[in-house]
Amino acid sequence: MVAAVRSFLQVASTEEAAPPLRVVQIEGLAVLKIIKHCKEFSPALVTGQLLGLDVGSVLEVTNCFPYPIREADDEIEAEGADYQLEMMRCLREVNVDNNTVGWYQSTLLGSYQRVELIETFMNYQENIRRSVCIIYDPSRSNQGVLALKALKLSDSFMDLYRNNNFTGEKLREKNLSWVDIFEEIPIKVSNSALISAFMTELEADSPVTQCDYDRLQLSSGPFVERNMEFLIECMDDLFVEQQKFQYHYRNLSRQQAQQQAWLQKRRTENMARKAAGEEPLPEEDPSNPIFKPIPEPSRLESFLVTNQIANYCNQINGVSGQSFSRLYLMKALHED
Amino acid sequence: MAASGDAVLQFPSSSTELSARVQPLVIFNICDCYVRRPDQAVRVIGTLLGSILPDGTVDIRNSYAVPHNEFSDQVALDIEYHHNMLLSHQKVNPKEVIVGWYSTGFGVNVGSALIHEFYSREVINPVHLTVDTGFNNGQASIKAYVSTNLSLGDRPLAAQFQEIHLDLRMVEAERVGFDILKKQAVDKLPNDLDGMEASMQRLLSLVDTIYEYVGNVVEGRVPADNNIGRFIADSVASLPKLSSLDKLVNDSIQDHLLMLYLSSITRTQLSLAEKLNTAAQIL
Repeated sequence: MVAAVRSFLQVASTEEAAPPLRVVQIEGLAVLKIIKHCKEFSPALVTGQLLGLDVGSVLEVTNCFPYPIREADDEIEAEGADYQLEMMRCLREVNVDNNTVGWYQSTLLGSYQRVELIETFMNYQENIRRSVCIIYDPSRSNQGVLALKALKLSDSFMDLYRNNNFTGEKLREKNLSWVDIFEEIPIKVSNSALISAFMTELEADSPVTQCDYDRLQLSSGPFVERNMEFLIECMDDLFVEQQKFQYHYRNLSRQQAQQQAWLQKRRTENMARKAAGEEPLPEEDPSNPIFKPIPEPSRLESFLVTNQIANYCNQINGVSGQSFSRLYLMKALHED
Repeated sequence: MAASGDAVLQFPSSSTELSARVQPLVIFNICDCYVRRPDQAVRVIGTLLGSILPDGTVDIRNSYAVPHNEFSDQVALDIEYHHNMLLSHQKVNPKEVIVGWYSTGFGVNVGSALIHEFYSREVINPVHLTVDTGFNNGQASIKAYVSTNLSLGDRPLAAQFQEIHLDLRMVEAERVGFDILKKQAVDKLPNDLDGMEASMQRLLSLVDTIYEYVGNVVEGRVPADNNIGRFIADSVASLPKLSSLDKLVNDSIQDHLLMLYLSSITRTQLSLAEKLNTAAQIL
């Protein structure tokens, strides 16, 4: 009887668990805007804001606007915030969705996994319940692939990051490895009926389009070269990180040995004291510097670098696959 | 003489050297603003941004809508909004300047003349773009106009809108892929190999078409066209006649195989390193 009737306060306080984000639905307009902005300023990296609606398990992105490039200067921070407010106010007046749902950024050959990305994510997460980051790679799109990705930090990673706890113990507890940091969300593109009518009308009649020309180009040399360069640099970074760990382990084991030695000494001392009938000294001495716990280096950097390397490997695989097809095509053409 | 009500006095497009280029993003923007317009508005008006190329062509690259109110023969445009948006856009891209304005709907009417006058105070010779969202003639018509003032002595009589040549540069849209842009919902963005497959199929169908055509000409079913013949000869001749092409191709294939191997090794190394790093500490 009592359980059937819940007071309004109770209902308001129990939040419904939000359904997990499954799909990001972008409008063609937003896609074109992102592409235009990133391409115009490449190779500089640019960012912008995404606007849209958060509906159930779908995050709809209906519009976006670019951020001006600004130097890292404190007084320009205020200008940046002003610009953002101004844009959102103006867009509101023409009935564009005023809701921030994330941001987009351009990247160079997929080297976007940095600490700044994670920090920006955490910043956004504080204010907005669900935000997503869209990454666009203009250099890869020159190969004829639409390199658009939607990323989100996984929840378990966010918890860990908040507690700033990246020791090996915690990671093993949560069973979190470097694959689990970023979650990629599938993208769907939608268009209004008017636009699809226009585009159907305006589509050129020729059976081959520009993207075909891009894809069938034989030279993938420069792209692959740069990929390999970045890959090698990342391997160097990974090596440095692993060196840090080795150093830490060595220090740890050295400290352990010291502790054991000191303990032994204490024990023999105590035995001597007991023989002499005096009070035994405590077997621990927290003020002794060899007992100070050595902080374990955070594994965040190495995880990020590992992610980047995996990304480069994937890209190389993709390009190689394409090149194989092209080369076999050339061979077949020549045989005829 | 002057255009009034719905009667539109249109002159055939004369040979002005001015021409305009429109990027597909502008069309998307305009349609989106039209779909989102407030209920009482019949059409949407906005500013066009872009640049003027050295050869005089106007390159229209971006646009934004401006709220306005239209009465029987008066138009009220939110000028402050227009300036604010202009400033904001220029912060991102200082090279984009006002090059004209757009409106949805077919043809040019009295209100347009007034607005055009306002815009000609902002920039010399603005371009007026009309995007026919109502599909009046059963087709999508996008037209661009410039206006010249007709005057008799000192008295301004009317503004004459002349259509100029418009170049719809759909190259960007083609790059993204018309498949994505023209359907109302696309479930999955195609990945590299899917796209490759589609391109190759298109190439194959092209080759088939040409083959058929040549077969038809040889058998006399279709009259031979020398121009097409020359094109075909040119394309076939553009295949390089290198005797060592086989060797080159094989070398390339080997290079790519090596890279695949390298990336697989790197991945194995990564998973191994990860196991070692998070392994239990030996305490």
